[in-house]
Amino acid sequence: MKFIDEFRDPALARRLVGQIRQMTASRAAPVRLMEFCGGHTHAAYRFGLRELLDGAVELISGPGCPVCVTAAADLDRAIALAEWPDVILATFGDMVRVPGSRVQTLQAARARGADVRVVYSPLDALTLARQHPARPVVMLGVGFETTAPGIAAALVQAETERITNFSALSLHKLTPPAMRAILGAGDVPLDGIIGPGHVSAVIGSDAWGFLPREYGIACAVAGFEPLDLLGAIAGLVRATVEGVPVVDNLYMRGVRSEGNPTALALLNRVFEVGTAKWRGLGALPDSGLRLRAEWAHRNAARLFPVTREPAREPPGCRCGDIVRGRSAPMDCPLFRRVCTPENPIGPCMVSNEGACAAVFQYAVDF
Amino acid sequence: MCLAIPTQIIAIEATSPFPQATVVLEGVERRISLALTPEAQVGDYVLVHTGYAISRVDAVEAQETLAMLAEMTAYQ
Repeated sequence: MKFIDEFRDPALARRLVGQIRQMTASRAAPVRLMEFCGGHTHAAYRFGLRELLDGAVELISGPGCPVCVTAAADLDRAIALAEWPDVILATFGDMVRVPGSRVQTLQAARARGADVRVVYSPLDALTLARQHPARPVVMLGVGFETTAPGIAAALVQAETERITNFSALSLHKLTPPAMRAILGAGDVPLDGIIGPGHVSAVIGSDAWGFLPREYGIACAVAGFEPLDLLGAIAGLVRATVEGVPVVDNLYMRGVRSEGNPTALALLNRVFEVGTAKWRGLGALPDSGLRLRAEWAHRNAARLFPVTREPAREPPGCRCGDIVRGRSAPMDCPLFRRVCTPENPIGPCMVSNEGACAAVFQYAVDF
Repeated sequence: MCLAIPTQIIAIEATSPFPQATVVLEGVERRISLALTPEAQVGDYVLVHTGYAISRVDAVEAQETLAMLAEMTAYQ
């Protein structure tokens, strides 16, 4: 496929691996890089990059899995909302099996009679609203800057078409504040950051300029094919060895330095920045997107107030430490013993982008 | 969740409030929204995420990246 196969060229991949090994040969310890994005975590396992770079580069999974960082309290709210009379809750697929507090899931709520629909796109949720004009249709807005513009566009479209029964529960989160929280805590030593490709398509590679400026750490924005990742890793290794941290964009075919201005304008029209709760990182100021006051009539958080008991994380689950790079899946006492993709205890095992699901699926050395 | 696939636009329809496009995703024709990339043209490749084209794929930049990677490894 065009724009995919060329970035899987094995000969060039081998040369990049050779160059990375050459640059790190004189180092006592591997270069430590965090791949922010769960898509990168899976790509690195899937293409065997961890083994190829073993001893030279250590990849540490970051918080870039929207399902994984959704707080149990917010899941409880979504589940309570699904159980509101007549409500149709539309959600992306990997949210339905994520446990909130007390081992509740949207799937279990559906089994009890709640109307939970899995959609591929917010546009599908809009179609549901057209088909069921007498029932409230709520789109569960989970995702980073990549996903939130689509939700914003669907809300604008509902307004234009006067679809009055369509609203959204925004649990959207912003990626730079999470990166700041991890670096600010200082408990995970890192030499560089592999920047999220599709988030950066929206916010722009310039959005990561604070990493070298404020934290003295290099960042390379990468796509999701082997050459994309190896190119980014080679650039980060060179920045580490030479001690010159910069922001590099290895995904120029999809990411501009300024991002996507149309998407950013749409985000700004519908959402404003506010505090958001992250699993593992807690409540971070200015790290979430909530609907602006002008959109109160489409804000499910206002339309369907729910009272909840205090949230509880699944006992024993280390997902909170895993999303911030403090623990690896193998460090969790539940991993593979009781927590599996068939019977997930925590979100890092549920989501396709979760670090636990990646290690379970691809790694053989646990 | 931030998965996005490069796919080619084969038709565009000027709908309101946002234009829509027809693309072929894994052999199946699909309608997507061009709300985020209204400048996209028929024949362009776009990155599609949850039914929205989030970015145009720049063929020149793709070639330049491949050339740069080849150059990076030329001094071994």
